[in-house]
Amino acid sequence: MKKFGTGAIHFFLITVSIVSLFPFAWMLIGMTNSSAEVIKGKFSFGAEFSNNVAKLLEMTNLGTAFWNSTLIAVVGTIATLILSSMAGFGFEIYRTRGKDRLFGVLMLSMMMPFAAIMIPLFRMFSKMGLLDTPAAAILPSITTAFMIFFFMQNTKSFPRELLQAGRVDGLNEWSLFARVYMPTMKPTYAAAAIITFMNYWNNFLWPLIALQSQDKKTLPLVVSSLSSSYSPDYGVIMVAIVVTTLPTLLIFFLLQKQFVQGMLGSVK
Amino acid sequence: MNSKLTRSNLMGWQFVLLPSIIIVLFSFYPMIQSLFLSFQSGRGNVYHYSGMDNYVRLFGDPMFRQAVWNTLLYLVVQVPLMLFLGLIIAYFLNIPKLKFKGFYRTAIFLPCVTSLVSYAVLFKSIFAVDGVLNGMLLSIGLIHEPVVWLMDPVWARVVIVVAITWRWTGYNMIFYLSAMQNIDSSVYEAASIDGASKMRQFFSITVPMLRPIILFTAIISTNGTLQLFDEVVNLTNGGPGNSTMTISQYIYNLSFVYTPNFGYAATVSYAIVVMVAVLAFLQLKVGGEKK
Repeated sequence: MKKFGTGAIHFFLITVSIVSLFPFAWMLIGMTNSSAEVIKGKFSFGAEFSNNVAKLLEMTNLGTAFWNSTLIAVVGTIATLILSSMAGFGFEIYRTRGKDRLFGVLMLSMMMPFAAIMIPLFRMFSKMGLLDTPAAAILPSITTAFMIFFFMQNTKSFPRELLQAGRVDGLNEWSLFARVYMPTMKPTYAAAAIITFMNYWNNFLWPLIALQSQDKKTLPLVVSSLSSSYSPDYGVIMVAIVVTTLPTLLIFFLLQKQFVQGMLGSVK
Repeated sequence: MNSKLTRSNLMGWQFVLLPSIIIVLFSFYPMIQSLFLSFQSGRGNVYHYSGMDNYVRLFGDPMFRQAVWNTLLYLVVQVPLMLFLGLIIAYFLNIPKLKFKGFYRTAIFLPCVTSLVSYAVLFKSIFAVDGVLNGMLLSIGLIHEPVVWLMDPVWARVVIVVAITWRWTGYNMIFYLSAMQNIDSSVYEAASIDGASKMRQFFSITVPMLRPIILFTAIISTNGTLQLFDEVVNLTNGGPGNSTMTISQYIYNLSFVYTPNFGYAATVSYAIVVMVAVLAFLQLKVGGEKK
């Protein structure tokens, strides 16, 4: 009876694992097949890979899109980490009733649906003349209540004696932040960086509105426009999807621990 | 001492001020603008006050009703399904002596690294009429003719539910797993001695002890589903015949696809605001009360 139970559990988990992994296998296989073969469901490697890559490079500005995505994600992540950790540090270390209240109000922004703010945001960026620039893609999420919350939570376990010691050594508050807090909190920064990078890298709705000319597009926008054309070439699309997914997949495998920590961060 | 404390208090503000201003500028200010906009009518950049016109239109708008209905349908079917699946998987992965745990966990979590656009397009190709899934189902005899997944209003919704569940189950599982690891194993041992079956233990120990985290994931998922956009746009583009269109997509279409009508789009967007607020409140009421 007990044996049977374990067997059933393994069967269930293997099934779920196969379903989870199948689309990954599908995109790797699809990238080596022609569009017709992908649509016909051919589930074996083909010989079209270099052909698909050549077509993709011809049809899109893939290099530019990759660069745009990288620029937006890297600059966005660095700025978000600095600003959000500043706030997390300030709200937690110098805790007062006024600041707690302010933080409570800021948390409300987490419940605001993006669709409800995108139109005024669009008009705001249009007035500022920033539409179609990387800045437009970066700015709206450059500080989020979620990230501030994440840093606050993790700051709770920060050893405050370090700050006292630094003050005795004559450091002012900003150098305490930069030279004591930041290095001590490296694991938190790593986890936060992964989550923020993923959000910028994968973002779709706002870039779709804010970045309209061809040479400003990010990778998800390229994938989406390839697949919504009248006769989508699925072999080519698979290559684009693999290019889009590879960086986040690599980050996941290299930094699995921090990755999961980042996801869990807010509910410690 | 007191002056030192005040100084430290002021010191704190210099860290929180700039980030707070940014959030106000890019979240609260647009939110308020949106509210004003919802009482205005016009085209392009010329808008005038039009009272409750947009709200009157909202209640008689069949497309809006359809979008709300679709969104709520996804919510009611998909969120419980995904959370339950996540819970069961986590429960199994928490069995102390289970083999290959690491592999299962990684495999089931992996969908979380894909971008929403990418996996939506992947699913579109998998669910093509002559596609790989129909081929497999035909060959094992489960169906006798290909299912037109994305061209049928019911199946198209099923595909969207399946796709979202694929992407997010592992994400929720991770939350449950980490919470389960904090449950003292002696609780289960005591229950076993008392003769409680595994099933009984799951419903009488695990689920109640995870209540706060289940509530948290329910709110996060509800919030996400009410804002559903990327998947639907890239899988079905709202079709066939608007049968999969969500509220977010309707707002996007009103603003950027049809003749732009920012005022009415803002009115529709406030419907989501109200729904998010009401549902979060309800969930907190239902899930938070009992201990």
